[in-house]
Amino acid sequence: MNRVFLAVALVAFGLAACGEREQVIEPVSEKRYQGKRDGKPWDNESPMVELRGGKWTKGNQASWEEQIKIRQLAQHEHKRIYQ
Amino acid sequence: MARMKFLCDAERCIECNGCVTACKNENEVPWGVNRRRVVTINDGVVGAEKSISVACMHCSDAPCMAVCPVDCFYRTDDGVVLHDKDLCIGCGYCFYACPFGAPQFPQAGAFGLRGKMDKCTFCAGGPEADRSAAEFQKYGRNRLAEGKLPACAEMCSTKALLGGDGDVIADIYRERVLRRGKGSEVWGWGTAYGPGNPGAKPPAQQPQPSGQRS
Repeated sequence: MNRVFLAVALVAFGLAACGEREQVIEPVSEKRYQGKRDGKPWDNESPMVELRGGKWTKGNQASWEEQIKIRQLAQHEHKRIYQ
Repeated sequence: MARMKFLCDAERCIECNGCVTACKNENEVPWGVNRRRVVTINDGVVGAEKSISVACMHCSDAPCMAVCPVDCFYRTDDGVVLHDKDLCIGCGYCFYACPFGAPQFPQAGAFGLRGKMDKCTFCAGGPEADRSAAEFQKYGRNRLAEGKLPACAEMCSTKALLGGDGDVIADIYRERVLRRGKGSEVWGWGTAYGPGNPGAKPPAQQPQPSGQRS
């Protein structure tokens, strides 16, 4: 009887971590936010004339991220000098 | 997915306050409200003076968001912490909670009436139509919707202030530190796992195939 109890306890202990959920930072208040919804930056037309480094396609998040990354790398002197 | 952050290099900041001026000008921030400011320690002490530019750090787990009684804060897909001024009641709890003193309150009227909170938006505007007059009036310019980075970081003359995706700007800063030949003790391995053996050096940087590094 004791062995069975011990085995069950060991199995329960060993598998305890299997039930762990992924830890994601999600503040409670963010879920409760009741204000106006904000638009996405990539849902706008790119102001081509004044922009350096390219443009993005309206509604395409990946192309906007690519554009903003070019902008970020422009802060790097070595990339600016040798590009 | 980008997670927008600021990073200020204290070795480069010359306390010119250009970032403060750029922010004021770009967002037409009212008198008495400073979304960004330069903090200097050991002011006037030769060789020991250090300055950094401070504003909202767009925390991953923002205390302002946690304490707000009307839940007016939200986070964009890029990790920028913003708030809805139509919901804000100007209670000031966020000011007490913020470790950086980022939330600002305009003093309107003769009796010091506290207005709605104002803070750095990472030049991402707010919950109004992008690039609209209403958005500009309440929150300032939405440079992200124009494919640009915050004005303070982009105009920093010494490039002490970096703004953008945390991974990208951390890479830029890391490369600087390695080129300087000093400072690696405050960056990376040693900070994360302790100093290790006396005289031990951080592991050599692994060569990476082109196109993978940011």
